[in-house]
Amino acid sequence: MVDPQSEMTIPPAAIDALCSVVGDQWVRTSAAALETYASDGLPTHHSCPGAVVIPENAAQVVGVLRALEQHAVPFVARGAGTGLSGGALASEGAVLVALTRLTHICEIDPMNRRAVVEPGVINAQLSAATEPFGLHYAPDPSSQSVCTLGGNVAENAGGPHCLKYGVTGNHILELEVALPNGELTTLGSPGGEPWGPDLVGLFVGSEGMFGIATRITVKLTPLPRAVRTLLADFSSLRTAGEAVTAIISSGIVPAALEMMDQKCVTAVEASIYRAGYPTDVSAVLIVEVDGTTEAAVAEETGQIASILQSSGARSVTTASDPKQRARLWQGRKKAFGAMGRIDSDLSVQDAVVPRTLLPDILEQISRIGIDYGLSVCNVFHAGDGNLHPNIAFNGKDPVMRKRVERASNAIMHLCVEGGGTITGEHGVGLDKRNLMPLIFDPDTLGLMRRIRRAFDPDERANPGKVLPTHSCRKQRMGSPQPQERFDYGSGTRRTAQLAPQPPAER
Amino acid sequence: MIDKQLRVLVGERGLLGADASGIPRVAPHTDEECALVLSAASSEGWHVRIEGSGTWIPSDAPADFALTTRNLRGVTDLNPADLVATVRAGTGWANLRSTVLDQGAWVVADPPGSGRSVGSIVATASSGPLRTGFGTLRDQMLGLTLATGNGEIVRVGGRVVKNVAGYDITKLAVGSFGAFGVITSVNLRLRAVPRVDATMLAYGERDGLLRAARSILEAGTTPAALEVVSPLATGQSRWAVIIRLLGSDAAVNADRLTIASAVAPIALKELDTSEAAQLWQTLLTKATTGETTLRLGALPTALETALDTLAHHVDEACDDWIMVSVPAGVVRWSGAAPPNRLRLLRGVCAQHEMPMTIERAPWHIRSTIGHFGAYRESVGRIIASLRRSFDGRGILVVPLSDES
Repeated sequence: MVDPQSEMTIPPAAIDALCSVVGDQWVRTSAAALETYASDGLPTHHSCPGAVVIPENAAQVVGVLRALEQHAVPFVARGAGTGLSGGALASEGAVLVALTRLTHICEIDPMNRRAVVEPGVINAQLSAATEPFGLHYAPDPSSQSVCTLGGNVAENAGGPHCLKYGVTGNHILELEVALPNGELTTLGSPGGEPWGPDLVGLFVGSEGMFGIATRITVKLTPLPRAVRTLLADFSSLRTAGEAVTAIISSGIVPAALEMMDQKCVTAVEASIYRAGYPTDVSAVLIVEVDGTTEAAVAEETGQIASILQSSGARSVTTASDPKQRARLWQGRKKAFGAMGRIDSDLSVQDAVVPRTLLPDILEQISRIGIDYGLSVCNVFHAGDGNLHPNIAFNGKDPVMRKRVERASNAIMHLCVEGGGTITGEHGVGLDKRNLMPLIFDPDTLGLMRRIRRAFDPDERANPGKVLPTHSCRKQRMGSPQPQERFDYGSGTRRTAQLAPQPPAER
Repeated sequence: MIDKQLRVLVGERGLLGADASGIPRVAPHTDEECALVLSAASSEGWHVRIEGSGTWIPSDAPADFALTTRNLRGVTDLNPADLVATVRAGTGWANLRSTVLDQGAWVVADPPGSGRSVGSIVATASSGPLRTGFGTLRDQMLGLTLATGNGEIVRVGGRVVKNVAGYDITKLAVGSFGAFGVITSVNLRLRAVPRVDATMLAYGERDGLLRAARSILEAGTTPAALEVVSPLATGQSRWAVIIRLLGSDAAVNADRLTIASAVAPIALKELDTSEAAQLWQTLLTKATTGETTLRLGALPTALETALDTLAHHVDEACDDWIMVSVPAGVVRWSGAAPPNRLRLLRGVCAQHEMPMTIERAPWHIRSTIGHFGAYRESVGRIIASLRRSFDGRGILVVPLSDES
């Protein structure tokens, strides 16, 4: 219900227009209601939207975007709000479009191994719905019991089993998209073959800055018929890291290959998510092998066990019983929750490094923790080199917050210097926008901004995210300012005014 | 005149003799030279034809000069432990494969054609049968360097296997036929060489083989490749189903049994290693049998419709080269047909929600109907706007679509 007493920076006419599209009860403007949407999964950012609108279907999403276009109001799309980069936060001048009512699984097509869903469908619910057909949706972020597929598409979400099966982008075939001006279009094709340049590939991971996906066609994957999970413990992080490289180089592609360090294991074992991990270790590896038959999985499990042992594992145990396996995974999947025992807030970081550098990088991250007087726990997708250094801290202490920010920056610089990147699956959002110049030059950032404008000329979709606009170089060609030309006599560049021309489609 | 100006930019060593049509050819040695040439072309309004080794798309687009990637050669970085390679665009695909194989690694892609350059394969997104088991070419790409039509050098993606920093320009560039710029180098994901590589086949009638192929999927198995191919593709008198399995001994043995049971009563013959290698090479090389090669995307259950539509419009004698990647729902055809027939085929396919891509064809066909077409609402506008972002003055002669 719209609260006329609340302070709004969204024009009242825009609020009225939204109410006429979705009904009064699905437009929220009271301070208490807006506070619900002020954070995502990363506690270091906080921002209340000017209003929240909760459409019911694609037609209402289109109506909402048209109304916002008419009133020149920016908007931010939001799923379950489990993101870890501040990407789904809106400022008081923007409307937050919550997609949690678009929850229909529109079609399950087992013969063609695909499903069509609305963006508010929860990741794990889709796999549950397709299980009777012997199929599942493979990308499995740790938040899969609550996160939505629309959010997964926006962030190009990953997960432990992406090592073998690929990330979200590898599983999206077609997207119905409401563009920021309210036009509805379809990218891709029902079977996934691109219809022109790969706009599906470009849209996935665009963090809500190109529009809102209103219908998502995903690829389904056969459920493995046999699965075994190994737990190996190591007395040093270095040997655990070296074991990861040895497994990947062997040619066997495990379904998952995860690592947790001692601090993380200790937190898990002290929590209700206790999984029976040994606590007197430097690191544990969880390796999962799956396949179509018990014999094939048994053979690969045996090979991996012997690689782990020859790489210095102190002990290796194997679980094939579903309950035992679930227990081993519980500790890993709930590790972030378990870290709540260490302190009140948790900064979950995300970076990727070349796999072979894991031992060195982990040691240096540990040193950064000591330098800043912080406790850094590592739980991550080791097979992909995708690190999650997590820092537990008291968010009420501003000095501590600053230290966490500085330590996180130092970790990101370290990973980039090692040939890695600043995010593997959590996205840039607000949190890492200022780190983008670490990996992209001004030309590339400028190009990204122009790409965004192809979808959203007014830059109203999720404004202020991903791109550090001050670092984006303006386009050299076709822009009104003087352009460089060549002086062939001297072989040097000179400036001249060039008239922009339309593209040639010859 | 252009020759002289190009010589200033790339020196004598970067300027080749004129091509058959008399236009100058420039062959930059570095990314910077490539960007410099494009920047100058953009300033002057010169139209540019991008060339690789010339074995896939003919070098026949009218332009003021041709820019060839032939001097951008070599695997510049190869890390077999991290399973990542960086390779320059003008490198021959065969050279890349053998260089990587020497290190015990493998590029998981088997593009059609022969003698092609890495840049050509990436720019045209030429995935082959292995897309069934390992995804398309874009899934093997970690990043790339692109010299845009504006003359900027952009480096996107990276050398790590997961990366969501910024927009995925790599995916946009893969398969864009050079419409956004010249791909100068790519970072590829490698895999360890599989221990077992088995190929089996059976001959029969087209629709019976398609049903057999789908029954393999229903059995819950996904082979590395699962193709149904026309008689011309194998040089035999009947259609064939060809299956490739890769992996460990136990995994391949298990799949072998599942597949044999799924396709019964069709009996599959397993080929020895050299026969199998020869077969796959022949199949892929023959993709240039006709003057045009195209790709249709269809659901696996709609492949008969796609093939019937193809036969009706461009292959009435049913004697052309056709390969069908059944699980991926992709039909690839090579033959000869006039542009109006191909345009009609695209329109009919679009009604069935099947996109059609002209992968290679002479200029009169490409320029008439474009590599892509029959865009949905708003898509043409977005793509035109993207092209302006990369190539503000429209210097790259790439007939991307039939829409202006």
